[in-house]
Amino acid sequence: MSAGTLYDKVWDLHRVAELPGGSTQLFIGLHLIHEVTSPQAFAALRDLGLSVRHPERTVATVDHIVPTTSQARPFADPLAEEMLATLEANCAEHGITLHGLGSGRQGIVHVIAPELGLTQPGMTVACGDSHTSTHGAFGAIAFGIGTSQVRDVLASQSLAMAKLKVRRIWVDGRLQSGVYAKDLVLHIIRTLGVKGGVGYAYEFAGPAIEALSMEERMTLCNMAIEGGARCGYVNPDQVTFDYLRGRPEAPAGEDWDRAVAWWRSLASDAAAEFDDEARFDAAAIAPTVTWGITPGQGIGVDETVPTPEELDPDERPLAGEAYRYMDLRPGVPIAGTPVDVCFIGSCTNGRLSDLQAAAAVAQGRQVAPGIRAFVVPGSEQVAAAAEAEGLHEVFRSAGFEWRQPGCSMCLAMNPDRLEGRQISASSSNRNFKGRQGSASGRTLLMSPAMVAAAAVAGHVVDVRLLLAEPGATGSCIDSAPAASAAGAGR
Amino acid sequence: MTRHPLPAGPISAHRGRGLPLPGADIDTDRIIPARFLKCITFDHLATGVFADDRSERAGAHPFDREEHQGASVLVVNRNFGCGSSREHAPQALMRWGIRALVGESFAEIFFGNCLALGLPCLTADPDHVAELQEAIAVDPGAELLVDLEAMEVVLESEFAGDNRWPVTLDPGPRRMLLSGHWDGTSQLVARDAELTTTAAALPYLNGFR
Repeated sequence: MSAGTLYDKVWDLHRVAELPGGSTQLFIGLHLIHEVTSPQAFAALRDLGLSVRHPERTVATVDHIVPTTSQARPFADPLAEEMLATLEANCAEHGITLHGLGSGRQGIVHVIAPELGLTQPGMTVACGDSHTSTHGAFGAIAFGIGTSQVRDVLASQSLAMAKLKVRRIWVDGRLQSGVYAKDLVLHIIRTLGVKGGVGYAYEFAGPAIEALSMEERMTLCNMAIEGGARCGYVNPDQVTFDYLRGRPEAPAGEDWDRAVAWWRSLASDAAAEFDDEARFDAAAIAPTVTWGITPGQGIGVDETVPTPEELDPDERPLAGEAYRYMDLRPGVPIAGTPVDVCFIGSCTNGRLSDLQAAAAVAQGRQVAPGIRAFVVPGSEQVAAAAEAEGLHEVFRSAGFEWRQPGCSMCLAMNPDRLEGRQISASSSNRNFKGRQGSASGRTLLMSPAMVAAAAVAGHVVDVRLLLAEPGATGSCIDSAPAASAAGAGR
Repeated sequence: MTRHPLPAGPISAHRGRGLPLPGADIDTDRIIPARFLKCITFDHLATGVFADDRSERAGAHPFDREEHQGASVLVVNRNFGCGSSREHAPQALMRWGIRALVGESFAEIFFGNCLALGLPCLTADPDHVAELQEAIAVDPGAELLVDLEAMEVVLESEFAGDNRWPVTLDPGPRRMLLSGHWDGTSQLVARDAELTTTAAALPYLNGFR
């Protein structure tokens, strides 16, 4: 059992009742909604004759379907326009705050809630999106839900849930220069598998985790779901509190000190018991790239595509499917794989520090001929902060397009998509078949700095080689400009 | 296409023809590609089920094979439904005609989404799933009984007689299906007083006092 863990403490605080079916009714502290998974929930509410129980605990934005070139209304795509108009009407009818386009607060739901200070330690956070695990970076219990559950949260501010087990993922050491939280989480998923986390919450802990900035912790927790864990979290500490202080929705004045004291008390106890534990050494991790069709099919950039003999027998059929789909041969180095499209953005890696890391690589270099490369900031605040530092000019000078905020080509519900068999270097979270908008399109997942490196090289390349080149400007991520309005602070 | 009514009330058994869909880690982007999510109702999702996989296989995909039209029990392998939390995936399967799933394992959010729609996701040993998939392929017209009381699936083949395999389902979800409590909105709404008590004790809703 998981006695004394943050997960346990937060679960107990939010427990409303035990239900006849055997599940627990859990109070939801923060409910986030967007245009894709909420319209049917509002319609169901209407059919049941129910109202929104706590409209002040639900916050909306629009992200999945928004174009990133022109966001003028009405959108060129009538289906996208209808979805946003429906969200606007539902929020107006039920008194729900909507951070819409041009508000200065719009963006990917998992980027804006933290930057507004909505996401706080000790909360339960739910959203109709699997990457809700992101918010666990603050020591919240945060998980994705389906539309029927969105309906339930709207109607009752609660959910019927079964308690998870807790696996502690302990990471010693420090990530090397040129190796990022994205590499760490791809490495963890590669090791534990894409279904290794089913039935578990992942607690990320240890010296390497404590050394991560809030934005890096968000990248890590964001992809817990890609390892099968519906939620992942990091215990709140001074890094968490420093990030939250002064944000619009964070506690202020006398509340602040009381809040910090309470948040500190939520961290897993030294004597906490875990259902399972896995250990990693951060220093041993290389920049990691996926070669296949699940996020678990990843390798170090200095490795070769695994041969069937190197894989567990039950991994071989999927590997065979991946070789064919990706048109990659076993035993061949992943470095040198040519790419067509380079995408920097998403709820995984669309924050200011991600753009800083990519810009440090792009600075003074040029996107290789024939490559389409574009940068999509995660939110209007990220865009403004990046522009205040001149990052948009760094990218444009290097040949990248600088776009408006949204989910974009992570899942290609807007006009940004792969064509035909194009292959992308992408800072997003999923390399599933067809994920980026073409039924035969291919995705290589990697960190934003690695995407920038692939853009200038025209193929997969170890970003550490570029960062070490003499004469390249901005060659060290740690020298990137310090935290600004959107607060990248390490 | 659908001959079985949508799930309602207590669910203790389902009888229908099987549809084997081999493959590990089949994600919800494959079950329903993102472009089909541009909608404000679930009503028309059936046409998008496995759209890209089906066009790639040009009529040879299990969902397109003539012998599986009208089938209602989907038999899958490991980690089915991983990835995106989109309820559009089980909604699309349900609207195509699926009423129960049997597999080696299911992704957690997908499992919960199915439960909320009254679609049981039953787990069986890998060897048993392989046998079941093979048996359906041999006799696709046979009826499959999915029995949540006896916790078994029975293939009722005219040629081979009855063939049965044990299945598992956690006690909670099983109780919810058997009792008809899988559609929980009314239960959640009914406990508003307890909800208010819980909220009153949450520090972040009360000035951290």
